[in-house]
Amino acid sequence: MNKWTKDQMAARVAKDIAEGAVVNLGIGMPTLVANHLPADREVMMHSENGVIGMGPAPREGEEDYDLINAGKQPVTLLPGGVFFHHADSFAMMRGGHLDVCVLGAFQVSATGDLANWHTGAADAIPAVGGAMDLATGAKRTFVMMEHTTKSGEPKIVERCSYPLTGIACVSRIYTDLAVLDITPQGVQVVEMAPGVSFEALQSVTAAQLMG
Amino acid sequence: MIDKIVSSPAAALADVADGATVMIGGFGTAGLPNELTDALIAQGAKDLTIVNNNAGNGDTGLAALIAAGRVRKIICSFPRQADSWHFDRAYRAGTLELELVPQGNLAERIRAAGAGIGGFFTPTGYGTDLAKGKETRMIDGRGYVLESPIHADFALIKAERGDRWGNLVYRMTARNFGPIMAMAAKVTVASVHEVVELGSLDPEAVVTPGLFVQRVVKVARSKTAAGGFKNAA
Repeated sequence: MNKWTKDQMAARVAKDIAEGAVVNLGIGMPTLVANHLPADREVMMHSENGVIGMGPAPREGEEDYDLINAGKQPVTLLPGGVFFHHADSFAMMRGGHLDVCVLGAFQVSATGDLANWHTGAADAIPAVGGAMDLATGAKRTFVMMEHTTKSGEPKIVERCSYPLTGIACVSRIYTDLAVLDITPQGVQVVEMAPGVSFEALQSVTAAQLMG
Repeated sequence: MIDKIVSSPAAALADVADGATVMIGGFGTAGLPNELTDALIAQGAKDLTIVNNNAGNGDTGLAALIAAGRVRKIICSFPRQADSWHFDRAYRAGTLELELVPQGNLAERIRAAGAGIGGFFTPTGYGTDLAKGKETRMIDGRGYVLESPIHADFALIKAERGDRWGNLVYRMTARNFGPIMAMAAKVTVASVHEVVELGSLDPEAVVTPGLFVQRVVKVARSKTAAGGFKNAA
């Protein structure tokens, strides 16, 4: 079974981001998606901390930490880019003005419930940030994650066991094995990595798949 | 003559009382009013409730205030960071109460306070642990949670430029919570790197109208340090 690399996953997500889209990329693996958008496709990158029109990381030595992304990393501003305060930034999410957000996840349920903010472990310090606002606010919420945990546990499940971030908010999942849609009928396989069979995919997925 | 310019951060914060609710602007290190937070530490007020997106980075600013044992409660969205060790220690020791709020709800609760809104229904958090015990309502087939405004006694914010009426402009993503915190507090103290003559800020481009600001303090310009992520020094 050939797993897709993180960059291949990011490239696959990028294929689904249309010209003109307003996009928010979550912290971690989703940030890779920006590297795979073709140069001739114009999208507006939104960051929760009050910027639209975010460009790539600055050159070394040119970092300005008054211009950062949600992960607190230095970024740049493209021509046309603008700044706004936090209430406006989250109105953009909640008000349905973002076309796509791409988030990581611990678990996604067959009905599109998302768990990505807290493991629920007793000693873990909870931190939610903008995850709940993004997941419920964007027109389409994409999840990008490994198909299973490091120990091989399925992350696509009938019901999430981790605390929820949002209910029925995920529209599409991109893993290292497949692309899957959450539909009213169930989890629909859209595409599989080369050499991955439906049976093999089902065996590492704890929700019923539709081929 | 209206003149909101105050001579020093210490003078601007002299009347912060024990038990006060203090909003502190900033997201990561951008927009953190470090000089004002330092003055708050020196001023000595304790049992504070702090409202900030995070819970301090490294050993300075809000982290130092927590380390000094002066914070009773923190209302924030993202306390745990790679360099939030002072928060982590106080939280685990049980000496610091945490009210964890989704970031957009935090922003809107602050804005609501400033806008005179008594509460609002938001879809964010519906069906999650962070909505437990809160009133909910179905509106047009979608679940919403009732959230309440967050008022403050003081807001400490960082702006780029201001005038004696308190009109402010900010710098890039250092704007973040500044404009809404300014609206929500009884006394808003803004640090600026430049005090300009009345009338010299472009009225079409003023971000915070001066009526939301009570005190303006000029502080020396310093380079915003990195913080809040794993590779930070």
